[in-house]
Amino acid sequence: MPETDSNPIREAIAEAIAEHPTILFMKGNPEAPACGFSARTVAALQSLDAPFAAVDVLPDPRIRQELSAISNWPTIPQLFVKGELVGGCDIVMEMYESGELAQTLGVERAAEETAEPLSAVAQPAAGLSIENRLG
Amino acid sequence: MPSAEELKQRIETAIPGARAEVEDYTGGGDHFRATVTAEAFAGRSRIEQHRLVYDVFGAEIGGPIHALSLKTQIAQPAQAQPAQAMPS
Repeated sequence: MPETDSNPIREAIAEAIAEHPTILFMKGNPEAPACGFSARTVAALQSLDAPFAAVDVLPDPRIRQELSAISNWPTIPQLFVKGELVGGCDIVMEMYESGELAQTLGVERAAEETAEPLSAVAQPAAGLSIENRLG
Repeated sequence: MPSAEELKQRIETAIPGARAEVEDYTGGGDHFRATVTAEAFAGRSRIEQHRLVYDVFGAEIGGPIHALSLKTQIAQPAQAQPAQAMPS
């Protein structure tokens, strides 16, 4: 695939994927998902008590465009674990139900500790760091 | 505006041997749910299976087709014919 000389958005996305062991690109943020598919995916991660970074793709349409170019995946949300695309909402839900998701994320299916509030689990700051790099 | 029937036919045409059940689950012609069964999925990861289906529609996904929820299944190879007695 021919690379353009400089594509800061794509580079920021690739970096975020590389930096965060679990990162979810979604519409809205974990506290206020802006789409049912994103909401379901967040709920699955939360119920496993899995820490994840979240990036809101809505603020700039180029984020979604570049993300899909990198991942070869047309829809949002997209979950990446250890730099690899795991899937969108359908695949994540299937994996959640089968127990594969917990395995992929390296968490116990039944969280032993009381679930922490979502704000403590998610790291929506990743969204900001990407946006900051756009300027 | 695409219809569930149109999506079904396009999937079945594009992926040889595929069987698709497509449902327009809001009735609005833009949110679909599809279960696709194909032998072509064998040996491919779930991601690759879904990509095969998404690729049928290209940029229409996220455009006119706002959502296409997928479930893919690997078709069992066509039922083996009962062994014919070899001509003796």
